[in-house]
Amino acid sequence: MPKDSGIGASPKRREDLRFLTGAGKYTDDINIHGQTYVHFLRADVAHATINSIDTSAAAAMPGVVHIFTGADFEAVGGIPCGWQVTDRFGEPMQEPKHPVIAHGTIRHVGEIVAAVVGETLEQARDAAEAIVLDLTEKPAVIDMKAAAADGSTKVHDDLTSNICYDWGFVEENRDAVDQAIKDAAHVTTLELVNNRLVANPMEPRVAVGEYSRSDDMHTLHTTSQNPHVIRLLMGAFVLGIPEHKLRVVAPDVGGGFGTKIFHYAEEAFCTFAAKAVNRPVKWTSTRSEAFMSDAHGRDHVTKIELAMDADNNFTALRTETYANMGAYLSTFASSVPTWLHGTLMAGNYKTPLIYVNVKAMFTNTVPVDAYRGAGRPEATFQLERVIDKAARERGVDPIALRRQNFVTEFPYATPVAVEYDTGDYEATMAKLEEIADIGGFAARRTESEKNGKLRGLGVNCYIEACGIAPSNLVGQLGARAGLYDAATVRVNATGSISVMVGAHSHGQGHETSFPQVISEMIGIPEDQIDIVHGDTSKIPFGMGTYGSRSLAVCGSAMVRAAEKVINKAKKIAAHLLEASDADIELKDGQFSVAGTDKSVAWGDVTLAAYVPHNYPLEDIEPGLEETAFYDPANFTYPAGAYACEVEVDPDTGKVTIERFSAADDFGNVINPMIVSGQVHGGIAQGVGQALLENCAYDEDGQLISASYMDYAMPRADDLPFYTVDHSCQTPCTHNPLGVKGCGEAGAIGSPPSVVNAVVDALQSGGKNVTHIDMPLTPSRVWDAMNNA
Amino acid sequence: MASVSMTVNGREVSGDVEGRMLLSSFLRDDLRLTGTHVGCDTSQCGACVVHVNGEAVKACTMFAVEADGAEVATIEGEANADGSLSVIQQAFQDHHGLQCGFCTPGMVMSAAALLKENPKPTETEVREYLEGNICRCTGYHNIVKAIMAASGQDVAAIAAE
Repeated sequence: MPKDSGIGASPKRREDLRFLTGAGKYTDDINIHGQTYVHFLRADVAHATINSIDTSAAAAMPGVVHIFTGADFEAVGGIPCGWQVTDRFGEPMQEPKHPVIAHGTIRHVGEIVAAVVGETLEQARDAAEAIVLDLTEKPAVIDMKAAAADGSTKVHDDLTSNICYDWGFVEENRDAVDQAIKDAAHVTTLELVNNRLVANPMEPRVAVGEYSRSDDMHTLHTTSQNPHVIRLLMGAFVLGIPEHKLRVVAPDVGGGFGTKIFHYAEEAFCTFAAKAVNRPVKWTSTRSEAFMSDAHGRDHVTKIELAMDADNNFTALRTETYANMGAYLSTFASSVPTWLHGTLMAGNYKTPLIYVNVKAMFTNTVPVDAYRGAGRPEATFQLERVIDKAARERGVDPIALRRQNFVTEFPYATPVAVEYDTGDYEATMAKLEEIADIGGFAARRTESEKNGKLRGLGVNCYIEACGIAPSNLVGQLGARAGLYDAATVRVNATGSISVMVGAHSHGQGHETSFPQVISEMIGIPEDQIDIVHGDTSKIPFGMGTYGSRSLAVCGSAMVRAAEKVINKAKKIAAHLLEASDADIELKDGQFSVAGTDKSVAWGDVTLAAYVPHNYPLEDIEPGLEETAFYDPANFTYPAGAYACEVEVDPDTGKVTIERFSAADDFGNVINPMIVSGQVHGGIAQGVGQALLENCAYDEDGQLISASYMDYAMPRADDLPFYTVDHSCQTPCTHNPLGVKGCGEAGAIGSPPSVVNAVVDALQSGGKNVTHIDMPLTPSRVWDAMNNA
Repeated sequence: MASVSMTVNGREVSGDVEGRMLLSSFLRDDLRLTGTHVGCDTSQCGACVVHVNGEAVKACTMFAVEADGAEVATIEGEANADGSLSVIQQAFQDHHGLQCGFCTPGMVMSAAALLKENPKPTETEVREYLEGNICRCTGYHNIVKAIMAASGQDVAAIAAE
């Protein structure tokens, strides 16, 4: 019988009740008495000198409260980057100032040039049209390789070049890798593009700034995955507001996928302007603004070489990647193509020598940062594509080639600095073969061919580093923050519990799954336990939700805090039962003395803690509330194997996903229903990248995919039902729940299998196509088929 | 300014609106019915789907004045009279057909319109009907299942967990 509560059960999500009835409270649903509205005048050219901004006519228009320009923000800090990467010559990355409002120079389409605060949004918008800009346009830097060339126009005149950093990893292995590739029996080379994407959570970003003169308190309501991170970055580095005078609230947030991690100019603006105009200031992004101001994702151009010996054992791997940073460094931008990418290049394989070179480039485009998977999809895509190409070149089965090179013994120290604690890649591959019915593929292909379609099967593995991250390690690597998390377990007098967590739920269902853990530990019903998140005035300092870290890091903090609570409660119970602490057991909400029938209920103990009439006051304090901070000892390493089956219409090049299967190892699973849902959503985003989505700029730096008319989001009829499985479980060895994280796997694991499948289909049709760059639109596939 | 009157979830409402005010803004900003969400500016995403005189309409693609005299139904009026979830809402919860919840009101309102015109849709019919509703969280798997379950079909036989 499946459990109906606690760890491993799938209770229905409690948050659904408000979301299904229109009672959710998202940031745009917040309206504060006296609020004003800001409309940002955004650059419509990619690169220009601002000669002057004339706001006089606009300021005289009805309803205008105030107009701000870059000059108003000269004295405040720039939007900070949270990670300093050191290049392969030992030098720190180049780090230009990222102003809240452009001052002197425009560096990307969408950059804020002026901000009109009005009584109504319509009045602010109307007035913005009356602002007169005098600009001198400059050539736009768009192509990354051209940007790297000597003599290129510079995005930032005060930097030495457009190269943010030229990173080598592991630099000491560079010569050995070169030699191994020279000596190899076979080298497979692939050049590919990891297409630029826009995360596109369905809720656009919103910020509402408030200021209270009575207590000098600033409040920012914002669509964030990590309110404490925003408070720290914005307070300490941009506006100079101490934490105790700044509250950041992220209520219901309509999806994040990474793009709501970062601190954005609009947040700093609304907080700053609320004090300046002494009124609340609200900004609600339009979707077009989202396309040109939300940090974008991916955008790598890579050459990868895989060396093998005569028996097809992988002997070395070398990559050279150009990674787009956009015009400025977003919060975690610099870490994505380096420490979240290079460290994963071993994949699931025991390749002994690896060298990764990444040149991070400034261009006149929107900043690029973490998007679901962040660096790990880029690593997985190139590795799993080159392996597929290698299998074809060597005439071996792609699954067999992977199996032959699997890491099989754990812990395994990779040549790229990380140590996989546990895993079983053979198990997930075997599970995949079963759930994807790979044995039945040949018959399905025959059937498709009868219908005039080409059918292909693509398989890939993936591994990711989640549970981000051990603070001392990431500190050595350049992180400017710790990456622990925190939880407070507050037990109320009658026994109900509020858990205040640093993690933030914006679709992940923490309000349902976190109580399952506490319920399992204490044995009280889940409905007696509430999760509080998203408000820096209520929760301990935690780093928020991204990098599949919520349960592995914050959940671990919650377990540690609950253990402290239970230990204290046992002392109280021992006192009430006149027994020794060591003899007290807690089960199903009852404390009992081992080997006796003496017991006392959870609620009696908690009441005693708050009404301490019969209580060991000489030994312990009243009350029952504990906080724990948890800093992980290592990353966690979810891994798995994915299979995609496609049909390609040879007349049109249209690709249809016929089957998609995912076998994941997430370690222990708290709520299987939620975990499956996370994988489904990740797969859809990965298939979206592979077939549909592309954020495109023209050579002048115009963003030509700035609405859903131009950027192809996956829709229901682009996708099939998926088959997902997470029964292969090798629990994480270093966190108390044995969990690894599941949020990003689908997006990491799915793009290579789609492309592998399309190449397989075309090859089956006699087309010598070895690679097509994503997205595999009908036109690209048709071109590849007809030019092969 | 123009004055408009309409029935929203069975309640008579009226207001003075600018000619350019969208129905979505009237619902959200004037009536404070914030369950209707706005996720794009091009009438693509469907988060704002409501029913106007029984038809599914994107509330961002209609001016408030155009709804003068109309019967409008929003997500706030979708639950049963006793406050319990409607069959469709319940199916979305049972089948985990929502994650962040932002597209959900539009999905539920679209699903209600679909099942009214096609009480037992096939998987393909559900997927095609949802062309105008974008979800970024669920990959649609559980949304399609929820809608088929709400129509009384045995979804366990149709799709995996």
